[in-house]
Amino acid sequence: MITLSLIIVPLFGAVLAVMWPGNRTRPWLLPVFGFVHTALTFWLFFNPPVVAPDAWIGFDPLVRAVLPPVSLLFLVCAAYGVPYLHIRSERPNRVFVALLLTTLGLISAGHLSRHLGLLWITTEAVTLASVPLLHFNGTPRAFEATWKYLLVGGTGIALSLLGSFCLGYASLHGGGIGDLTFTALAAQGAELSRPWVLTAWVLLLVGYGTKMGLAPMHTWKPDAYGEAPSIVGAILAGGVTTVAFTAILRVRAVVGVAGEGAIADRTLLVVGLFSMLVAALFLLGTRDFKRMLAYSSVEHMGILSIGAALGGAGLAAALFHVWSNSLTKGALFLSAGNLRRAAGSAAMDEVRGMALLTPRSAAIFVTGMFAVTALPPFGPFFSELQILRAAFSTGHSGAAAMFLGCLLLAFFGLTRVVFGIVDGRPRPGTRANAKRFVETAGVITPPLVLLGLSLWLGLFTPAMLREAWLAAVAQLIPSS
Amino acid sequence: MNGGTLNLLIGLAMGLNLLALGSSRLPSLIRAMSLQGVVLGVMPLFMTHATLHWSVVMVALATILGKGVLIPALLRRAMRAANIDREIEPFIGFVPSLLLGAGGTIAAVAVARALPLLPEHAGSLLVPGALASVLTGFILLIGRAKAISQVCGYLILENGIYLFGLLLIHSTPLLVESGILLDVTVGVFVIGIIVDRIQRAFDSLDTRKLTTLRE
Repeated sequence: MITLSLIIVPLFGAVLAVMWPGNRTRPWLLPVFGFVHTALTFWLFFNPPVVAPDAWIGFDPLVRAVLPPVSLLFLVCAAYGVPYLHIRSERPNRVFVALLLTTLGLISAGHLSRHLGLLWITTEAVTLASVPLLHFNGTPRAFEATWKYLLVGGTGIALSLLGSFCLGYASLHGGGIGDLTFTALAAQGAELSRPWVLTAWVLLLVGYGTKMGLAPMHTWKPDAYGEAPSIVGAILAGGVTTVAFTAILRVRAVVGVAGEGAIADRTLLVVGLFSMLVAALFLLGTRDFKRMLAYSSVEHMGILSIGAALGGAGLAAALFHVWSNSLTKGALFLSAGNLRRAAGSAAMDEVRGMALLTPRSAAIFVTGMFAVTALPPFGPFFSELQILRAAFSTGHSGAAAMFLGCLLLAFFGLTRVVFGIVDGRPRPGTRANAKRFVETAGVITPPLVLLGLSLWLGLFTPAMLREAWLAAVAQLIPSS
Repeated sequence: MNGGTLNLLIGLAMGLNLLALGSSRLPSLIRAMSLQGVVLGVMPLFMTHATLHWSVVMVALATILGKGVLIPALLRRAMRAANIDREIEPFIGFVPSLLLGAGGTIAAVAVARALPLLPEHAGSLLVPGALASVLTGFILLIGRAKAISQVCGYLILENGIYLFGLLLIHSTPLLVESGILLDVTVGVFVIGIIVDRIQRAFDSLDTRKLTTLRE
């Protein structure tokens, strides 16, 4: 019941938001329901329920390992949403608040889905619910980004449906009776028809990989993150991508017991390295600091994919990286939102000297950039180090070398953009625009909290979390 | 098992793919797509072993209404509201598209042979039909400039996936099927709304104008 309330409570909040009369008070629904969701998630984290094997929805060890940071990220973004929507009080926020809460409910549902068909339905629903969030700003650029998001994302999602059907047929061909829960699929094991499993793996990896933003299916990401409000970008980058990653992990587990795990791992490794390379090269070229965040997200999705390809230790490190990436990237998105609002533009050519105009946001942005490029002692440093160690211990030293090379290139790209906008003397136009933006506690605290969480994750990494990640690994790779 | 009738219908759907690829005007593209929707909707009725189950009839009815009537009507309305000229401007010309589509259909038949089928599906054209439609959808998505013709491409791609889903019609629960159908329909509505907004923001539905965002 508590498990189901993770879905129902935010959806109830969405209905309440639709009916709420006041435009000024409505944003408060976001942190209220975000807090209830986080409280429920952590209650379940500390008291994990027993999940029936045939349950369609359940808080299993995998969900326990990845949902808490998503919920935390949402809560902090929701707290940021109140001052943000206050600044943007000229725009009606009924649809925005309602759909943000709907997205939270559907993100939970996507994580909790233990059924192939249900997983697809929820992922598609998240995609559709986030569409109006992307064009909240109502500019032609925002509509262009939304169109690309819909077309690329829609095609990806369609291919993952085809892949789901193929996996279903693999089960049917192997004598299955049409039970498409992941437990039942895994129980069939080697009876699953191999050619169909491989077809399904390719289609599902492309499909959910599009949603995750793995290269070369990442093309919607820079546009969408560049034009969407920062809280939406943070939730897409830290929450929706995690749903897709969880989906890939669940499918990967089935492919593994069907006896094709080696091929699955190789494709994950190649796609991951390719994503890192593409992201690093585009980071060296981009001239817009919000699009920069999108490429950085592509890079980190690549890191997750590589971690997932490296067996038990790598997978546990990838789950660790889900935490560190979600929280750190959230801090970057929110502080970038402040800079964007103060500067009136996200283009590197127009924005300079933000350290003088918005010193606190600029400081958080720079620190967040160092954190995300794996500066110790922040979370990403330790999770990436563990992935690297898993790569060496499994004999993938070539991949590890390329991994390090891409990290270095990405570091150059990120520092180039970040210091380009933070340093120097501000332009007169920017100066005038920045006067209208006040760095209140409401817009500074949320990114600072996320940065603090990232630091805490790196310094202390509670034993309970490690245990949760290992339990998820045991669920996905039963033999290890 | 009316395997013969079913294959005839799938053949018809594959023919409509080629018609869609060769259409030079939007109304005929939409007509080909909606006719394909109706053909697809009828198919489940020919797949039952003995008696018709009510859930199969419901899926058939919902598909005919959704893919054959509702969605095409929406697209026609969008076309009239946008008052755009009806010519389809192709990136990939009509003859190359047709050749690609025909070659793709042959390749689909060849690929489908490599995949093992259950005895009751042997000799059925469902898998090649599905692959050919997915490919047709891709060609239209990539090769056409107008937003509405891209939407048609997306829908034909989805028709292909639906064809494939027919292999599983007796084993997937109704809840899952209706959920999928609902998502697809809502998806088209959302696309329709965005098409309308693009029309207002850019005063055009030509996706070649959507090129502000790039590196």
